[in-house]
Amino acid sequence: MCGIAGLIYKDKSVNIGTQLQGMLQALKHRGEDSTGYALYGDTDGKNFIMRFKVGENVGEGSSSVMEETSVYDERIKIVKAHILGMGAKIIKEERILPYSLRYEVSYDEKDLREFSRKIESVPGVEILSMGKSLEVIKDLGNAKDVCDRYNLDKIVGTHAIGHARMATESGVDIKSAHPFWGYPFSDVSVVHNGQLTNYWNNRRLLENEGMRFMSECDSELIAVYLAKKLRDGATLEEGMKASLTGLDGVFTYFVATKDSLGMAKDTMAAKPLVLYESDNLIAMGSEEIAIRAILPQEIDTYDPYDGEVKVWQI
Amino acid sequence: MANLKTTDKKSKSQSMGMHSEVLTGRTQQKFFNPSEAENFYYFGTYDVDFNKRTDLDVKEMTAPEANKEIDNLMSQGYGTIVIKNPQGKHSLGVGILNKLNLIFEGSLGYFGMGSCDGPTVRINGRVGWSCAENLMAGKIVIEKNAGSCFGAAIRGGDLICKGSVGARTGIDMKGGTIIVGGDAGAFTGFMMQRGRIIILGDVGINLGDSMYDGTIFIGGKIGSFGSDAVPGDLTTSDQDWLKRKLKVAEIGEKFDVSKITKIVSGKKLWNYDNLEPTEKKGAI
Repeated sequence: MCGIAGLIYKDKSVNIGTQLQGMLQALKHRGEDSTGYALYGDTDGKNFIMRFKVGENVGEGSSSVMEETSVYDERIKIVKAHILGMGAKIIKEERILPYSLRYEVSYDEKDLREFSRKIESVPGVEILSMGKSLEVIKDLGNAKDVCDRYNLDKIVGTHAIGHARMATESGVDIKSAHPFWGYPFSDVSVVHNGQLTNYWNNRRLLENEGMRFMSECDSELIAVYLAKKLRDGATLEEGMKASLTGLDGVFTYFVATKDSLGMAKDTMAAKPLVLYESDNLIAMGSEEIAIRAILPQEIDTYDPYDGEVKVWQI
Repeated sequence: MANLKTTDKKSKSQSMGMHSEVLTGRTQQKFFNPSEAENFYYFGTYDVDFNKRTDLDVKEMTAPEANKEIDNLMSQGYGTIVIKNPQGKHSLGVGILNKLNLIFEGSLGYFGMGSCDGPTVRINGRVGWSCAENLMAGKIVIEKNAGSCFGAAIRGGDLICKGSVGARTGIDMKGGTIIVGGDAGAFTGFMMQRGRIIILGDVGINLGDSMYDGTIFIGGKIGSFGSDAVPGDLTTSDQDWLKRKLKVAEIGEKFDVSKITKIVSGKKLWNYDNLEPTEKKGAI
């Protein structure tokens, strides 16, 4: 059991870090092994924001190991050299935690695949997100723990999705935590509640076609699956509709892009989702109490049906 | 409790050597002896007055605290309780085994009004998954929408949602009536065994899948029939009952019940053990 939450404001920016924290914290009983945020903040849109990790925060059942800070330091040096070597420029760099960093990068290339491959060729390094607006932050602990550790209450933007995880299909660590970036497409992120039963078959097919997996978490498949559809020229909504038959199992998932937010529910409707929709705000979560965290007044909500796909634009 | 004792009494079966003992022990009279108050005690029940009314604000309470306070108010004789600020909390109003007029000024989360026996409840909001699970008796009215597993395994009572409901409505129900003014999701009536479901709007796929018995009435479009769910004949008695029920439910009173589709069990799965292996495949 995991909990997911998402919101999108169509006509204004708000403190989405704080709002999503409230929604996810309300769902912490659904899992607090790890919590992740995909926040779409207000930026000037000129530079890429790269959130990446150079090491793991290791919990129960993880195949990763904890390492010394000096190891992280060496990796950061190599990452910087690769960035500069590809003609990119680091505009701003922040080391949030010894293993977690945020860089603003000026980079003219539109295809991020080669850029990302080069960075991730450094052992232990994973790009969590790369976008003009998107920032993926994920770590062990509940929503408040992660929000406080990464100072997310300061981030202002239009939309966000997040995930409170109870680890079932893989270990407790950052690489298995949601959200997953829709590599190599900038500003695409996914969170999922459920289990996918054709994970390995799909993974083998997608890897044969050059797609990248960074974890053994079944939910990562959704991000990679949608990225492949986008690469093949499908729209986001077309890719999501295809996933209803292409993915087997039970699922409710959210996907977000620079200017949209979407949800999909499997054909068995086996996983919960409560949705609030008004002219200027869409808020949704695994349980109504997530929505109540930002809308305490009486509101009308409903459960989307089996096989339903919805996408909202800013 | 009854005991087994060996006696000299010879019945026909005993004379045939089938057994030698007879049942002895407390008789029905002993069980219901008016002088023994314990035989009349039903846990969690109180003598309440419907005209004695109070409000209960649960904004700062956990669900167990709120439920305990409802019980406490009933023990003081309050027969009408208005719950303020439920704010989507889970498991509110569960386990009420009493006559009670309960009003929620807002929405409930999961498992609201579960395992109840007797109360009359009005929820002026929405309910989450598994509302009124295992309801034995009473009437519960939801003014807005409901989540999945609405009325799972109910045994009796009337469960009414004026809006739309999610998937698996009435799953495993064993009696009672579920009435929905709007649409319903997939697997409505999944494995239902008795009782009636009325959906005035559309329903999703696999309607009545693996139903053993009971009846489903659908006013709108049907996504698809599930295994062993088949159309039935809508009789005039059915129509009279539907009119009465919709009126009592304060819902769809003017609905043209003659256009309703009736669904019953084909009873092929129910008689599964009587089928040949090839027939079993056909039934599935």
